[in-house]
Amino acid sequence: MQEAAWAISWVVLGSALGGPARYFVSGLIGRRVGETFPWGTMVVNVTGALMMGALAAAVAVKGLLPAPQTWQFAAVGFLGSYTTVSSFSLQTLTLARDGQFPRAGWNIVLSLVLCLSALAAGYEAAAAALRLAAS
Amino acid sequence: MRPAMKRETAGLYLAVCAGSILGSVLRALASIAAIAWLGDAFPIGTLFVNVLGSFIIGFYATLTAPGSRMMASTRHGQFVMTGICGGFTTFSTFSLETFMLARNGDMPLAALNIAVSVVTWLLAAWIGQALAMRMNRVGGI
Repeated sequence: MQEAAWAISWVVLGSALGGPARYFVSGLIGRRVGETFPWGTMVVNVTGALMMGALAAAVAVKGLLPAPQTWQFAAVGFLGSYTTVSSFSLQTLTLARDGQFPRAGWNIVLSLVLCLSALAAGYEAAAAALRLAAS
Repeated sequence: MRPAMKRETAGLYLAVCAGSILGSVLRALASIAAIAWLGDAFPIGTLFVNVLGSFIIGFYATLTAPGSRMMASTRHGQFVMTGICGGFTTFSTFSLETFMLARNGDMPLAALNIAVSVVTWLLAAWIGQALAMRMNRVGGI
């Protein structure tokens, strides 16, 4: 029970940063390129996936697991709140409701392709770099 | 920036921060519960939070749209949508879990996770909006 409370504290710290970071980044992009397409959400989700990939590789290769609080803070806390599915869903639906079906479709396809690619790329690159550093 | 605007911006960030913490803690608890009850063969915990979060944001956004059932301040909206829903849902965990399924050789399950996830997220958001629209029109359920 105490262990769970300890773990949750790290989630609190990470998410206190992740949400505002998403708000800042997506807001910045929205102001730059306009809001006709949800680029802001896509950028946070793709960059978040990239970071998650690298973090997961660090756990797998270097064995960060002895420090589970790192995972609770960075992955569950920060990246979990930095990325979002709710905004993605709402924005996709809004595009569709406005009759912008191609844009809605592209939002789905691009988000999936770019996020999964970014995660894989982050993972493999970090794993390779860590193995190289260890040798 | 004028002092009044600085205060307002700070207030919005605080709202997002508070909501994000709340949403994330609930997500962490849901994740623990899902693994305890249903195991970790399929990322059901992540699916649950993403579907529920999509429903809530769809419902709230439509319920508080201009001229609708409920009036909400910008700060309230940022607290609930950007904060709670944003913290509760996660694209990064979904991406990692999908990648791990594929990497461990279970391509069909990875593909299934993608298909089921996207369909149920969007369906949940749509249902949330539909429910709110009904409440907006009728003035109740």
